[in-house]
Amino acid sequence: MIELRELKKTYTAAGKSIVALDGVNLTVHDGEIYGIIGLSGAGKSTLVRCINLLEKPTGGQVLIDGQDITQFTGKRLLRLRRSIGMIFQSFNLLEQRSALKNVTFPLEISGVGRKDAEARAMELLELVGLSDRALSYPSQLSGGQKQRVAIARALATRPKYLLCDEATSALDPNTTASILELLKRIQQTLGVTMVVITHEMKVIERICDKVAVLDRSHVAEEGNVSEVFTNPRSEIGKELILSGEQELSGGGKGRRLRLTFDSESSQAPILSSMILACQMPVNILFADTRKLCGAVYGQMMIELPDDEREAGKIIEWLKNSPVKWREEV
Amino acid sequence: MFSDMFQKLWANGIIQRGIWETIYMTILSSLISYAIGLPLGVVLNITDREGIYPLPLLNRLLGLVVNFFRSVPFIILMVAMLPVAKLVVGVSLGNRAMIVMLVIAASPYVARMAESALKEVDAGVIEAAQSMGSSNAQIVWKVLLPEAKPALITGAVISMVTILGYSAMSATIGGTGLGQIAVSYGHQRFNPDVTWCCVFLTVIIVQVIQEVGIWISHKTDKRIRH
Ligand SMILES: Nc1ncnc2c1ncn2[C@@H]1O[C@H](COP(=O)(O)OP(=O)(O)O)[C@@H](O)[C@H]1O
Ligand SMILES: [Mg+2]
Repeated sequence: MIELRELKKTYTAAGKSIVALDGVNLTVHDGEIYGIIGLSGAGKSTLVRCINLLEKPTGGQVLIDGQDITQFTGKRLLRLRRSIGMIFQSFNLLEQRSALKNVTFPLEISGVGRKDAEARAMELLELVGLSDRALSYPSQLSGGQKQRVAIARALATRPKYLLCDEATSALDPNTTASILELLKRIQQTLGVTMVVITHEMKVIERICDKVAVLDRSHVAEEGNVSEVFTNPRSEIGKELILSGEQELSGGGKGRRLRLTFDSESSQAPILSSMILACQMPVNILFADTRKLCGAVYGQMMIELPDDEREAGKIIEWLKNSPVKWREEV
Repeated sequence: MFSDMFQKLWANGIIQRGIWETIYMTILSSLISYAIGLPLGVVLNITDREGIYPLPLLNRLLGLVVNFFRSVPFIILMVAMLPVAKLVVGVSLGNRAMIVMLVIAASPYVARMAESALKEVDAGVIEAAQSMGSSNAQIVWKVLLPEAKPALITGAVISMVTILGYSAMSATIGGTGLGQIAVSYGHQRFNPDVTWCCVFLTVIIVQVIQEVGIWISHKTDKRIRH
């Protein structure tokens, strides 16, 4: 379990201080894939780097399995880092080492003999589907292959945790999908707990169980992906999560309702029933369905008729329906 | 075609000895300069503000010393350092003294060369190594030096060529080799063919060093698809 308590980080650069994290609290339970989403500069990288102390927090605590690690130094710190794998946006492979030798690197530095290290590395390259490229150098591999090698390398010492800082941001959509699939499979088969940093919704949607939305050094909201993504409450959450929405029609001055459907209600022809029952037209401003963790979620923004009485009728009907809805202001 | 002087020098093996002395002084001085300059370069790199072991004060101090030696023209430095040579090897004349001088002049040069080669190593790669729990010593031995190897070899080539130039200049205060032959037999006794012969031989040696060095650097660089 990783717990961040009132985590603070202030950088001082050229006499100026920049607050990157301002009292962040969150808990990552074992076996979870925990997503952290936010705009560029929100403090995501800083947050994840505080977990393995690549950045030293200026306040608060980082508890790993109940132990505050923020004061770790020397050998203890090195041992801690060996139990936490990390992968990066730019892969960060050693360019002068083959894929195999990249994977043996963490084993070498923790004193594993060459034979054992290479055997373990081959196992891992097998796991990430690159056993046939063991002797290739990074310059001979594609972006997706490089990230696979990086994942194998991060897992070499059998870490309990894996930190991913924008691991798919440099990859094309298809490659991103395959890397995310690999990460999911690793979580399921090896039980590795992951913290996934991203600015992309689809990454969270595809693999994460929990999500925290980070906004200007704060956690704006947090929860299960299915809840946060179908019903974001914070401004930044709405902006990030609903940013894909384009209003299909400009819309008028009428009241707007956001309807959200879960797996059950998205199957039923809600809107047609509503229109039939109320005998009046509604303007659909936006509609979308998403697959989250295997379940389908949908949302729709509708505009009510200007007439108060007519609008009231629709709201009355909705109150008696299984649909979740909320008025947008 | 050649002057009597040239034929005499060649027959007595003086030119051949000059070639050997130039090569020998260059290689030996380069090796010692690298043995001193490379660790200095590593220290300069890691103690930098952005390095893995920032020690700004030491870094500034070392930088100043290096810059001091690098900013003094070799010919002046050589004269000034004669007493040091006497201290180290007991004499202030001859090849052994010249090697001391070459090393004093070239080590700071090599240090800067190594520092900039090491700076080319991607910060992300160093960070990845840190995230895996590498100690600073492991980062130096397993990341910085191996990843910078091609650039370090190229740097060594450039340093060797510079040292070769210095060794020729050392002729003015008693060094031997092709430089000395060019000065005392070619220039002072008016035998331009001897001078040009020394020029030609020096160019050949420089070319060989460069070609071989760059070839090795290329051959060992895994970033290049062979
Ligand atoms: N080493 C640093 N020195 C000074 N400021 C930094 C440093 N690293 C990050 N910052 C600042 O901290 C803030 C958060 O950065 P970062 O954690 O990289 O955000 P994100 O990963 O969400 O884009 C930014 O304003 C950034 O400029
Ligand atoms: Mg970042």
